[in-house]
Formats: sequence, C-alpha cells, structure tokens
Amino acid sequence: MIRVVDLHKSFAGQAVLRGVNLELENGKITTIIGGSGSGKTVLLKHLNALLLPDSGSILVDNKDITKLGEKALNNMRQKFGVLFQGAALLDSMTIFDNVAFPLREKTKLGEQEIKQRVEERLAQVGLRGMGYKNPAEVSGGMKKRAGLARALVIEPEIILFDEPTTGLDPLLGKSIHDLIRKMHSNFGFTGVIVSHDIPEVFRISDRVAMLANGVIAEVGPTEQFVASANPMVRQFLQGDAEGPLAVL
Amino acid sequence: MLSIIALIGRSSTRKVVGIGKMFLFLLSAFAWAFRPPTRLRLIIYHIRTIGVDSLSVVLLSGVFTGMVLGLQGYYSLRQFNAESFLGSAVALGLLRELGPVLSAFMVTGRTGSAMAAEIGSMKVTEQIDALYSMAINPIQYLVTPRLIAGLISMPLLTAIFDVVGIYGAYLVGVGLLGVSSGSYFGGMESSVIFEDVWSGFLKSVSFGLIISWVCCYKGFNAPQSATGVGQATTESVVLCFVLILVWDYFLTSIML
Repeated sequence: MIRVVDLHKSFAGQAVLRGVNLELENGKITTIIGGSGSGKTVLLKHLNALLLPDSGSILVDNKDITKLGEKALNNMRQKFGVLFQGAALLDSMTIFDNVAFPLREKTKLGEQEIKQRVEERLAQVGLRGMGYKNPAEVSGGMKKRAGLARALVIEPEIILFDEPTTGLDPLLGKSIHDLIRKMHSNFGFTGVIVSHDIPEVFRISDRVAMLANGVIAEVGPTEQFVASANPMVRQFLQGDAEGPLAVL
Repeated sequence: MLSIIALIGRSSTRKVVGIGKMFLFLLSAFAWAFRPPTRLRLIIYHIRTIGVDSLSVVLLSGVFTGMVLGLQGYYSLRQFNAESFLGSAVALGLLRELGPVLSAFMVTGRTGSAMAAEIGSMKVTEQIDALYSMAINPIQYLVTPRLIAGLISMPLLTAIFDVVGIYGAYLVGVGLLGVSSGSYFGGMESSVIFEDVWSGFLKSVSFGLIISWVCCYKGFNAPQSATGVGQATTESVVLCFVLILVWDYFLTSIML
C-alpha cells in the first residue's frame, strides 16, 4: 500500500501540489488524470522519491520514504519499476543491455540466466529478436515496450507509468494498454498510471484519481469515477471549456 | 540604490552557491571512486573516448605547434646568434606550458563538449532519473569513471603532444632552417631538468580533472530543454578554457 499524506511541492515559488492525499491499493492499477501542468508527473515522481516534497509524507509499506537514508532509499526503490514518458532507455546500450541492466547491477544472476530472463521479457512485450538494436533505431512504440520490459525484468511490486501512450497512434496506444493489463495479470503488481488518454485508459484501470488545483479532486473505482457528479470531473471528462477548471 | 545593492547581493549569492555546488559535486564523485562496485569497464571505455578519440587532434595540433615554435624560435634566436638554443627553447616551452595547456584545450573541444552534451541530453530525456529509479547513483555511474579516465588520459595525451611538438620543431629548425641536429637535442638534454617534466605532468593531471569535472557538472545541471543542452555545452567549454588558464598561472607561480 502506498499512502500519500498532505503532500506539498512548489517550484520557484509556484505551488504545484497543495496538500495531496491519496491511497494506492496493493495489486490494483490506479490512474491519475488531470489537466496539462496540473502536477501529475510531479506527484508520480514523488512516489519513488525522484522528487522530494516541501512537506508531507509518502508511506510505502508504512515507511515514510521522504525520511529514508541513501541505502534504505535504494532498497525501497528496488520495489519499483518505472516506465518513463519517453521510455528513458540508455542511449549507449542496445535494447537487450537496457533490459539486462537492472539485473546486472542489482542481482547476482549469472549471464546465462540474465539472457534467458531478458529474452523472455522481450518476447512478452513483442520484441523477440530485437534486442540487438539501439534505442535510436526503433520506433516510439517499440521504445515504450522495451521500457516496459526493463521495468518488469526485476519483477517489482509497484510499477509507475508516466504517460505510457503519449505520442503513439491509437492502435499502438491500445496495444500498450493491453500489454500493461496482460503484464498486470501475469505479475500482479501495483500500478500507477499518469495519463491523458481518456477514456481508453479507464479500460485497464481499477481506480481513477483526478488531480486539480494541486489536490485530489476525486478518487474512486473506475465505474464510480466515470459516473461522478463532481463538476470538475464532469467538465474534464466532457472536455468543456466552461466550468470550475480554468482552461487557459 | 538599495535595489541595485540587493541585485548585486542576490547575484553574488547565486554565484557562491553555484561554486559550492560544483565542489560538492566533485567531492561526491571522488567519494564514489572508493565505494564498490569499481566500474573498470566504464573507466576503460572513457579512457578510449577521452584518450584514443582525441589522439588525432592532439597529434595534429602538437606537430603544428612545434613547427610554429621552431620557426618563430629560430628567427628570434638568430637576432642574438643563439640558434643553437632552439632545442632548449622549444622543449622548455612545450614541456612546461604549451603541451599541457594546448592539449587540454584540444581535449576540451573534442571530448569535454561531447561529455557535457551527452550527460545533458541524458538529463533531458530522463535517463538520469531512470538510473536513480533503478537504485543506481548517476554520479557513480556517469561521473566518477569519466573523472578517473580524465586523470589517466590527459597526462598521456600531453606527453604525446610534447613529443610530436619537439619533432615538429626539429623538422622546421633542423630540416628546413639548418640548425644542427646535435645542438638541437644536445641543448635540450642540458637544459631540461626533471622538474620541467614534473610540472608539465602535474598540470596535465589537474587539467584532466578540470575538464571531466566541469563538463560533467554542466551536463548534469543542464536546463531541461534542447537549447539548455546547447547552453550547458557552451558554458562547459568556456569555463574549462578559463579555469585551465587561471589554474595554469597559479600552478606556474607555485612551481617556478
């Protein structure tokens, strides 16, 4: 269970998060939606302490990760996998080496076992035989899938997805969503997705939270969220320019 | 008036904080050198990118610097009927000053700028965040191996620059202008002492450190945009050039 408690974060005096409270249930996929610049990625980056809050806490298995020392923080981070918006594959390595990287760095597995595990993950994300390519030689969709394979390879308990379908066409976007759902069924991780891909992302979400004006405006199971009468949720889902959410 | 003083104060504070951050960055990179895992493969890889890949530009600039020294030295010394001192003048100039400084400039332009741009673009594309999220310290993974590689490569490149420079001057002085080969090398042998070689070595080691440190720091702190990476690259090259010259003056004044 991840619990975000009264999280505040400002950049250069501009408040982005103004007291976020959120509970992310174990084994469920929670999607965080909200307008551009509402602070979704900032919130996501707090969950594994890539950013530290000005105040508030983030409890992972009841431990406040904002107060951990370097070693304990690194141990905690090994519970997480992250799929970054642009996949963030290391340019200097092939796709195979990118996926093998966390295993080589953080486990004592032999090279043969690593090879087997990496090839298995690449096959699961539809990249069988593509491991020899460099990230610059593959499409955006393939990069995302390779990023997903890297996030999955150490079998983390929690995976954070930052805009997993941004920049992809609808078919590729759907295939990435299907892949996330399939991998979730296989591995049972706790997933947190930040996405603009509405309503498609609801198909794979167990719960949805909406971030607006620096706080969680609404959170609940997907069906309940979609039916919410909250005027901010209604305006956002219907894409209305008029309403409680300032558009420009 | 008060607002001008406040402005100067704010700007000075920012500069002091920036310098402090740079030194903390360096300390952190050094501290990681003594903590496992030792990234020998990465160190060797960066010795190749800093050392081997800069070799052609160092050879070319070394030989032409030597040739110019030979030419200028010959005509200057001839006014005092002292052409036989050409070898000493060239060797001392190259070993003590020109070798370390010019080869450091070449490496800054050839490799330092690439270092800043590579790390800067890694930051912009969240690759540095990806390292953190995999519980790998990016300073240990990206900076420490480059720092060690810079310390090892720079003296070797400087030695190569010195040797080809001396032969470049030989080519012009002895080959074209008729200075005797014996007086060229003989003068060199009698005037160059161990301290001359040692001071050049110390300078080249410290320049290697400056290049890796400044370029990695600038890349690491590049603003999150394509222009930010360009800006960081330019700043790293300019700052390296300035620091190399300033540090050269201080080292020279201490070691003379």
